[in-house]
Amino acid sequence: MDSDKRRFLRFMGISTGLVIGSGFLGGLSSALRLGTKLGGSALAAQGAVSGSLISSPSALKAGRWAMAIDLRKFKTNDDYRRCIDACDEIHNIPDIPTGQEIKWVWEEPYENAFPEQQNHYLEKGLKDKPILLMCNQCEYPPCVRVCPTGATFKRRDGIVMMDYHRCIGCRYCMAACPYGSRSFNFQDPRPFIKHICPDYPTRTKGVVEKCDFCAERLDKGLLPACVEASNGAMVFGDLDDPNSDIRKLLSKSFSIRRKPELGTQPSIFYIL
Amino acid sequence: MIEKAFYGSKKYWAWIVFLFILLGTCFHFYLIQFSEGLTITGMSRNVSWGLYIAQFTYLVGVAASAVMLVIPYYLHHYKAFSRMMILGEFMAIAAVTMCMLFIFVDLGQPMRVMNVLLYPQLHSVMFWDMTVLGGYLVLNLLIGFTTLEAERKAAPPPGWVKPLIYLSVLWAISIHTVTAFLYAGLPGRPYWMSAIMAARFLAGAFCSGPAILLLLVFLAQRFVKYRVGEESIKALAKIVAYAMSANVFFLLLEVFTAFYSRIPDEMNPFKYLFAGLDGHTALRVRAVLRPGLGIASLAILIPPQSRNNTKLLTVALIALVVSTWIDKGFSLIAAGFVPNPFGRITEYLPTFPEIMIALGVYTVGLLILTVLWKVAISVKEKTAA
Repeated sequence: MDSDKRRFLRFMGISTGLVIGSGFLGGLSSALRLGTKLGGSALAAQGAVSGSLISSPSALKAGRWAMAIDLRKFKTNDDYRRCIDACDEIHNIPDIPTGQEIKWVWEEPYENAFPEQQNHYLEKGLKDKPILLMCNQCEYPPCVRVCPTGATFKRRDGIVMMDYHRCIGCRYCMAACPYGSRSFNFQDPRPFIKHICPDYPTRTKGVVEKCDFCAERLDKGLLPACVEASNGAMVFGDLDDPNSDIRKLLSKSFSIRRKPELGTQPSIFYIL
Repeated sequence: MIEKAFYGSKKYWAWIVFLFILLGTCFHFYLIQFSEGLTITGMSRNVSWGLYIAQFTYLVGVAASAVMLVIPYYLHHYKAFSRMMILGEFMAIAAVTMCMLFIFVDLGQPMRVMNVLLYPQLHSVMFWDMTVLGGYLVLNLLIGFTTLEAERKAAPPPGWVKPLIYLSVLWAISIHTVTAFLYAGLPGRPYWMSAIMAARFLAGAFCSGPAILLLLVFLAQRFVKYRVGEESIKALAKIVAYAMSANVFFLLLEVFTAFYSRIPDEMNPFKYLFAGLDGHTALRVRAVLRPGLGIASLAILIPPQSRNNTKLLTVALIALVVSTWIDKGFSLIAAGFVPNPFGRITEYLPTFPEIMIALGVYTVGLLILTVLWKVAISVKEKTAA
C-alpha cells in the first residue's frame, strides 16, 4: 500500500515537473519567435519586402520622430479644439463624462502641465494658458520598462506603441508614466463614441491606450492628425535629421520639455 | 493526510458551509465586474490602482512573515516554535494564494493573464513578482506537507527538505522586496520612490504577519484542544514588538526626509493623508487612526508586563493589524497617486461591489487556511496522543 502510494507520488512529481518544464520551454520558444518576428517587421520598415509585409513607398520614416508645439501660435480656444477634435474623431476616442475617461490629446493650464515651474510672478496670462498634452513618446519610456507582457513597446523610430490584443490591463504602465498620458478602458468604450471611424480600430474594455503619434497615418505618408489641424502651430519631424523642420525650429527657439529631470527624454518640445 | 479535512465537528462543517455561501455571494459581484469591466470599482484614470493591489501588497507581507518562525526554529533550533511552525507555513500558503487572486481580479483582461508567461519580459518587475510568488507557494507546499507527513510517521523529515527550508528564508525576503520594487522604481510617484520602501515593507510584514498568526491561533484555540504553548506566544509577541518598532521608525525616517527637505512633491502625499490637501480629506480619518492605533499597540507591546497578558496582547495585536492595514493595505496605494502628475487631487474610495470582490478573495484565503489548519492540527493532536 505504502509503496503504491510512493510510486503514485513519484509519478505525480515527475509529471508536474514535466508540465512546469514544458511551460517554461514554451515561454522560451515564444520569446524566440517574438525575436524573429520583430526582426522581420524591422526589415519591412527598412523598405525590404518580406512575405506579405510590404511597406508603402509613400510611408514617412524617421530615425526618431518628435513634435514641437509652438505655444505662441495657440491663441483662441478654437486653436486647441481643432487639434483635439481631429485626434478624437479619427481614433474613436469615447466621450466618457466621469473620472474613468479616455484622453489621447488634451489641455491643462500651464501651472498643471509644468507644476515644477511654479512661480508667483509669471508673465501675465501664462499661469492659466492651456497647454496641449499627449504621450511624450519618451526615448527611455518607463511604461515599456514595466509592462509585463510587452504589450507596450518602443519602435525603432521612437514611437511608443500599444498592442491592444496583448494588454492584460494590469495598469502598471499607468502607475509608471510620470506624465499621466495613459488611459484605461474601465468599460466598453463603444457606446460612448459618437461616430465610429472605420479606419481605426475601436478598443475593448480592460486595455490601456494612449497617443501613438498617428503611426497609421505616417504609414500612409500623412502627418499626425493634430499637426495637420494645427495650421503650423505644431511641427513634426525627425530629430536625427539636422535639416528637418523640427531641428531648425528647435535650434532657433527656446524650448522646454515636461519633467526633463526624470531622464525619460520626452519627444514633445514646447516653445514658449 | 488531506482526508483529515473531511472529518470534522458540526461547528467545523457549519463554518465551511458559511464560507462557501459567502464566497458564492462575492463571486456574483466578480461576475458583474467580469462582464461590465473595472468601471464598477472606485478607480479612475488618476487613481488607477486601488483596494485590490493594496490587499495584494499587504498579503505578500503576511506570506513573507512565516520567516519569523522559520529563522528561530530552523536556524537557531528554537524548539518552542515546533507547535506553531506548520500553522505559519500554512498561513503563508493561504496568503500567497490570495495575493495571486488579488492580482487576477485587478486585471482588465483576466482571460489573457497567461500572456505574462507567454511573452516574459525580464525587465518588468511584475514578471519577477509573479515568479517569486509562484516559487514561494511551491516551496511552502513542499516544506509544509513534507514536514507534517514526517511528523505523522514519527520520523525525521527527509534530508532534501533542509536546503529548501534555507532557500525559503531568502525567498520570503525576496517576495516582499520584489513587491516593494514594483513601486519604488517608478519615476514621478514620489510617495513610492524611496530606497527604504523594501525595508519598510519587511518591517511592516514582520509585525503584521505574526500578529495575524497569533490572533488566528487565539481564535483556533477556542475550538480545538491543541495548544501552541505559552512560550512560543511570548516569543512571537516579542518579535512583533521589535518589528513594529522598526516599522514605525522607518516611517518616521520618511517623514523627516519629506518635511525637513520641504520638497512639495515629498510632503504632499503625507499632508494629504494626515491633514487633507486643498480641501480633499477623504482618507484623513483613516490616516489619523493609523498612528493612534500604532502607538497604542506599541505602548502595550513594549513593556513585558502588558505584552505577556493575553487579553492586553490581543488588544494590542488587533490595533497593530488595523494600523498596518490602513498603512499598507489602503493608503499606500491611494496616496501614491495623489497628487497626480498635474498636481491635481482625485479622491479614491472603493465601491460596494469592489469591497465584496475583495471579501471574496479573503474568503478563499480563509477556506484554504481552515482546511490546512484542520489537517495540521488533526495530525498534531493524533501524534501527541
